[in-house]
Formats: sequence, C-alpha cells, structure tokens
Amino acid sequence: MENNQKKRSLTDTMTRFISLVAKRLPDDVYGKLEQLRLKEDSPLARTVYDAMFRNQEMAQELDRPSCQDTGVIQFFVRAGSEFPLLGSLRDVFDEAVREATRVSPLRHNAVETFEEKNTGDNTGVRVPWIDWDIIPGQKSAEIDVYMAGGGCTLPGAAKVLMPAAGYEGVVQFVFDVITSYGVNACPPLLVGVGVSTAVETAAVLSKKAILRPIGTRHPHPKAAEMEILLEKGLNEVGIGPQGLTGASSVMGVHIESSARHPSTIAVAVSVGCWSHRRGTIRIDGDMTYEILSHKGAAL
Amino acid sequence: MKRTLKTPIRNEDIESLTAGDIVYLDGTLVTCRDVGHRRLIEYGMDLPVDLSGMAIFHAGPIVRKAGEGWEMVSIGPTTSMRMESYERQFIEKTGVKLIVGKGGMGPETVEGCRRHKALHAVFPGGCAVLAATQIEEIERVEWQDLGMPESLWVCRVKSFGPLIISIDTKGNNLFERNRAGFDQKKGPVMEEIFRKVRYIK
Ligand code: SF4
Repeated sequence: MENNQKKRSLTDTMTRFISLVAKRLPDDVYGKLEQLRLKEDSPLARTVYDAMFRNQEMAQELDRPSCQDTGVIQFFVRAGSEFPLLGSLRDVFDEAVREATRVSPLRHNAVETFEEKNTGDNTGVRVPWIDWDIIPGQKSAEIDVYMAGGGCTLPGAAKVLMPAAGYEGVVQFVFDVITSYGVNACPPLLVGVGVSTAVETAAVLSKKAILRPIGTRHPHPKAAEMEILLEKGLNEVGIGPQGLTGASSVMGVHIESSARHPSTIAVAVSVGCWSHRRGTIRIDGDMTYEILSHKGAAL
Repeated sequence: MKRTLKTPIRNEDIESLTAGDIVYLDGTLVTCRDVGHRRLIEYGMDLPVDLSGMAIFHAGPIVRKAGEGWEMVSIGPTTSMRMESYERQFIEKTGVKLIVGKGGMGPETVEGCRRHKALHAVFPGGCAVLAATQIEEIERVEWQDLGMPESLWVCRVKSFGPLIISIDTKGNNLFERNRAGFDQKKGPVMEEIFRKVRYIK
C-alpha cells in the first residue's frame, strides 16, 4: 500500500472506531457495571441501574451515541518509532473526528477558547487532543480513544502538597474531590490518581490511570495496596449510582506515578463517569487492526 | 406500584410525594436551561410557552428534522445546579410544577418548591437514548434563535422516567441529605486508611 492509501484506510478505521466508542461501552466497564448492579438492593439504586442498562441496549438497537455528551475527543498514542504514518496521525485523527461527528452523529463540543465560538466539527486548536508515547523500534501503534464528557471532566483537580502532608494528604485530596464534585459526575466513577512531582505531570498521569483496563494494578506493591484501600474506602462512603446512595461509589481506583522532587508530592485526580467511553485499538504497519477494548466488535 | 404524574399537575398530585420517591411523567415536558431561565428572570422576557402545571427539563437535546416535524435523537439531563440562582423566581413566575435535571439543587429552589408547591427530580444521567425514546412527539419549538441545545422544545412524553424526586414540597432535599451523610462517613474511613499509608518514614 502507498502511504496515501494507508492514510485513507486508517482514517476510515478511526472514524468507525470513534463511532463504536460513542455507542458501546468497553467490555471491562460493562462487566464492572454488571457486578456492581448485583450488589445493590435498594429500589432506588436498582431502578437507576435498570435505566442505565436499558439505555445501553437501546443505543445498540437504534445505533445512537449512548450519552448525549460525546465529549471532547482525546487520543492517547503509544506509537512505534517505525510506524509508517507517525507523521500523519494528527491529520488522520482530525479528519476521523470530523467524519465521525457527521456520521455518528456526535454533539459539537469544541469551543474555540477566547473566540468563544463552537467550531461545529469537534476539532479546533490542539483538539482532538493527542498525547504521545513513542516506542523505539516498534512498527505498530496502540491508540486509546477517550470521550471526555463535561460532567466527568469537571471534578478534575490537582495540587502540589508538601512532603509533610505525606500519602495521607493524597488520600485526603482524593476523598475530598470524589465526595464533593464526584457526586454530580454520574457515579459509579472510575477514579484516576496521579502521584508525581509537579501539577501537570500528576494531571497527565491521573488521566492515563483511567485509561487502564479496570482492575489492573500498579506494579509497585504499596501503590497497588493504596489503590485497593482507596477503592474500598470510597465504596464504604456509599455514593451509589447518580449520587443517590448505594453499595458502591466507584468502578475502581487506579494510580499512576513517577519519581518526584524530594520537596513535593503532587497529586491529581481525573474522573471517568459510569459511561466511560474509551476504546483501545492496535494498528499494525500494514494498517490491519485489532480492537482490544470491545471484543467481537466489527467496524 | 408505578406512580405517574400527568400534566397539568395540581398541587394535590404532588404534596404527598417525598424526596427519594420515584415517579414517571405523562404529558407535556419543555426543555429549558441556562438562557431560557436568564431571558425570563434577568431580561424579563415572556416565555412563549405557558408552563403553568407543566414540567421542564434541564437538557440540551440532539434533534433531527423528520419530514415536516422533528425527531428526538438523544436527550439527557444537564447539571441543574447551574439554574439555582433563577429557579425560585422561575417557579413563582411560571407556575411550573416539575423540574427535571441532574444532580441536586440548592436552598433557593427548596424554598421555591416549598412555597409554590413544585418538585425537582433527577433523570439518570447518561441515559440519553432511553429518554429520547420516551418522547412521543415534539409538538413545537420556540426560541430557535438560541440554537438547538437552548431552544424550548415542547415535547409530549409517555411514562417518562424514572424520575427520582430530589426536592419535594415539604422542604426536603435528597442530595443535601446524602452529601451530609457522605461527609459524616468519610472521616472515619480516611482515618483508617491514613494509618496504613504512612509510607514516608
Ligand atoms: S458525566 Fe458521563 S454519563 Fe453523565 S452526562 Fe456526562 S458524559 Fe454522560
């Protein structure tokens, strides 16, 4: 295939993949919601879960985006340095977003900052957002698509703590964010925590944390322990679906971390709502692909 | 038993309902959000729809043209709290009886609901396709100059819900109560975790 052909083929694949992500939840999220639903015994919580599952069925049946807020679209790329379209990915994503906006259809969610005008096609300055990791020597690329709705983006927060605050300060920060702003972000939530050196590094890590499949654990045993403690603790608060109280608050808590300056502990929280629309696809050098997040899905 | 409210809603239909109850709606539901509220309260414009006894929905839908009329593709609740500063006066001026949205509202709305007998209820967030299919027909649209999300879409709904009452006519506020409960619970839970994460020696 010529590079031009490859570009067209990848644009087409990504257009369809974005549409899929808007309409169907990834397997891990769906599976987790099924588990949490079974734990609820109050009529209120059950009624809400029934509505959520009915909604997902109807979205499939009618081939429509499952939530009206299809978000600002973000791409997290882990691309091999030998991936043939490395330099074209920005163009490919822009075009795929425009096309998916038309065909899905997606709501127009890109407002040009300072201009204060909606661009009408979900693209704009630096949007769709792209985050890059380059993998040396590799030929394929793994791409996460994430739809960041307004409701679940709002609770996002970051702060640089003094070391005296310790990991206790991290715990406090997470609880404060989730029990205040988290309640309106359509729980049960997927909570991402970044623990790092500065405000922006922690923030990016907190977002990457909610892109991990639910239930995967941080490689460091202490961080993995903290994930479980936070998860259990937040669930004991019992926020329940839509903040209406219930047996759980979260689908999970994931931590990502980096080394840091001895004088700082930066902490950030990113939140995914129950309608956590993220998808992961692997594209090989010849533009064949495998969908990793939605088993059995056809584009 | 499934409780259904029908528009026009009378005071006696809702006075016995309590925050936390679940109801469904038959009748007229009009979308009205930020600018709709601002026009009535701040600019003193007359609403082009008589809302007395009716229901409003804090929502900005996706609608498509279908022949002569319109089809609701997707409609989900938006955060009600943004309308808090207008809602008490809005209830007073319009006689609206049911306000549907997402998340709780504050003391002003509680006061409006108590004094003028109205309810705030939530439709589960993220269930936009479900809500769209409960809309039988879009009867008309007003204030189209505001664009699709902010226009007043006058809808006829059938068994629209579940609607979870968050503010009743008696001064109860479900989300306030829940929030106080979360705050109370979180202290001891955090203390427990603090002891286990003293990783800095
Ligand atoms: S928080 Fe999520 S589910 Fe709720 S309205 Fe926003 S995007 Fe949809």
